[in-house]
Amino acid sequence: MSAQPTGLPPASRLGKAPSDEVPVLAAVDLRKHFPVRGFRSKQVVHAVDDVNLELHRGRVVALVGESGSGKSTIARLLAQLMPVTGGQLLLHGEDATAGNRRAFRRYVRRVQMIFQDPFGSLNPIHTVRYTLTRSVKIHQGRLRGEELETALSTLLQRVQLTPPERYIDKFPHELSGGQRQRVAIARALAADPEVLLADEPISMLDVSIRLGILNLLRDLRDRLQIAILYITHDIASARYFADTTMVMYAGRVVETGDSESVTQDPKHPYTQLLVRSAPDPDDLDARARGARGEAPSLVRPPSGCRFNPRCPFATDVCRAEVPPLLPVGEGREAACWGYADRPDRPVLGSVLDAFGERPPVDISLLPVTGGADTEEEGR
Amino acid sequence: MSTLAESRTPRAAASGTDPVLEIKNLSVDYGYDDPTHVLRQVSLTLNRGEVLGLAGESGCGKSTLAYAATRLLPPPGLITGGEVIFTGRDGIRSDILALNDKDLRASRWQDLAIVFQGAMNSLNPVFRIGRQIADGIQAHMPQVTKKEALERSANLLEMVGISADRLRDYPHQLSGGMRQRVMIAMALALDPQVLIMDEPTTALDVVMQRQIVEQIAELRERLGFSVIFITHDVSLLIEIADRIAIMYAGEIVEDASAQDVYRRPRHPYSDGLLHSFPPLRGERRELGGIPGSPPDMRKLPTGCPFRDRCAFVFDACAHITPELVHPAVAGDDHRRSVACLRHEPETVAAAGFTPQPVPDRLALR
Repeated sequence: MSAQPTGLPPASRLGKAPSDEVPVLAAVDLRKHFPVRGFRSKQVVHAVDDVNLELHRGRVVALVGESGSGKSTIARLLAQLMPVTGGQLLLHGEDATAGNRRAFRRYVRRVQMIFQDPFGSLNPIHTVRYTLTRSVKIHQGRLRGEELETALSTLLQRVQLTPPERYIDKFPHELSGGQRQRVAIARALAADPEVLLADEPISMLDVSIRLGILNLLRDLRDRLQIAILYITHDIASARYFADTTMVMYAGRVVETGDSESVTQDPKHPYTQLLVRSAPDPDDLDARARGARGEAPSLVRPPSGCRFNPRCPFATDVCRAEVPPLLPVGEGREAACWGYADRPDRPVLGSVLDAFGERPPVDISLLPVTGGADTEEEGR
Repeated sequence: MSTLAESRTPRAAASGTDPVLEIKNLSVDYGYDDPTHVLRQVSLTLNRGEVLGLAGESGCGKSTLAYAATRLLPPPGLITGGEVIFTGRDGIRSDILALNDKDLRASRWQDLAIVFQGAMNSLNPVFRIGRQIADGIQAHMPQVTKKEALERSANLLEMVGISADRLRDYPHQLSGGMRQRVMIAMALALDPQVLIMDEPTTALDVVMQRQIVEQIAELRERLGFSVIFITHDVSLLIEIADRIAIMYAGEIVEDASAQDVYRRPRHPYSDGLLHSFPPLRGERRELGGIPGSPPDMRKLPTGCPFRDRCAFVFDACAHITPELVHPAVAGDDHRRSVACLRHEPETVAAAGFTPQPVPDRLALR
């Protein structure tokens, strides 16, 4: 680690961050609306609404949700790749909205992002050396010769591409998916960031090497005390890797808490449905088989709780008022009126009782085809 | 059914199974001058009414196997050997690879239907979905009028849980899950006997995945077709498949019932694959996945293709290519097979190496 750059504050090498300290990066009431194309269209897509999020040093926060729930939008907002519609980004408690290019570069040095597709995020016409050198020179100043070489090999060693000489002069097409993702991570580390935003870093990779990348990120979290935002649709990997899990549905956070309790004892009906829908060969009976419906349109999201059209327990209050995040246990919150202290709250049951049975398929419709089939065979 | 029984192969009759699709020694190359052997002598049998799962990493040849078996392989893919025997409901056996164009066209969709990877891109964006389904019906049954075909399409849509008034929708008006259902409805339009599904749920989230999978299971129970389900998600397969074939680098390395694969894997790769998915329940512990990365198919190592990543490698692995044999664990189901030299002591001894016992981890009972 001789080439460890000096930008890092010394405190970051201390142990686990206490939860009451100022978060490295925080989002307050984050909101992003995209305009809908069309002549004089005033409609917007409510991609992200009222999201609060804190990333602490040396901690991993997982953002779980289905496609279209706004989780990647949050990553892009946090990376300031697009402007927010409302809300604030706080870096060490100070407003971090980058107004100009210089401020943006200062920000990017501290908040780096890894993308889903390592096949697309590395320029195919440049070698690993070029890709990493660019990043090193931009973020660490004009290193040359020996210094630069050491910096490059340190980076490759950090992402376990050893020996570095074997990989440094390779083109992306000569590397496997996992190795490419490691190069992308090395490129992010060249800035010596305090925050790493990982947008589905493993979902494009072969199943047998996914854990290798997660273990690498965890190792980086422990050794460099980086705060990591891990975005995924796989709640089981969130349980494996993240300290805190936030579940998103249709642009809103519906449940937060430490990963273990969120996955083992989900409170919000959507989280329950999510956990019960994941394949689990050990627990076949407790699978939600009869769930119906799909995520709502975000152009005209349902009033009140956005999950209410699919929720088996929804009542009038769910259709009328947006539920805030309510405390449901130590350090846990769920945005469901079922946990509110009010007389008209819905009574929550188990999603398994509501969805445990497999729905019938109307087969009477099919003999029409089957009949014609035999008829043709008969001719 | 009497004709069917007569046409059974002796082995199948002995085990009481009824094959509908038998893939025998299928080999596929990519490229012409310096071909890459992406499938090497793959044999696989699909029984009537069975759900067969095909699992493996990307690039291991799962999709190639499905496309080669249906002769849909695009150039530069080239089938270099083997046969694919399809047994119809009437007991007539035919080799799909030897059919002429006319028979092949008639057989496709009616005998074997495919749901392709990524339903989003499989539907034509400029035609209404009703017309696309009706098209397939009319192509196979010219006597059916357009009106009848559309009525049938409406029925098919309702069968997969989409209301019939979506018939006049364009694909972009449907969600991903609905488009996938339309593809399934299309595949079932002619009541096929074999349905090949190539990663049908990979692009969908888990809640939708479960809905689709449950629907397929239900339809299969009622209609009695057989399914080849291709995916990399082994935990999903264990839930829905009767039998699972695990592929690695263009070969099948293990073929056993779903519960056997899950509880008693015999091949080190199957075992590694099962431990590559973090569990949702139980103890949280460190998992390693499988070290290394899948081999380059262009320059496969000699011997066992998995040996570079294998924890149980020994000297013979570099020299002998393992073949699918009955596992060397007493009391195993006689239908299961595995391609690992730990299970082939005679072959290893005959080649002059010292046979190694099956490690405890791969001999669970």
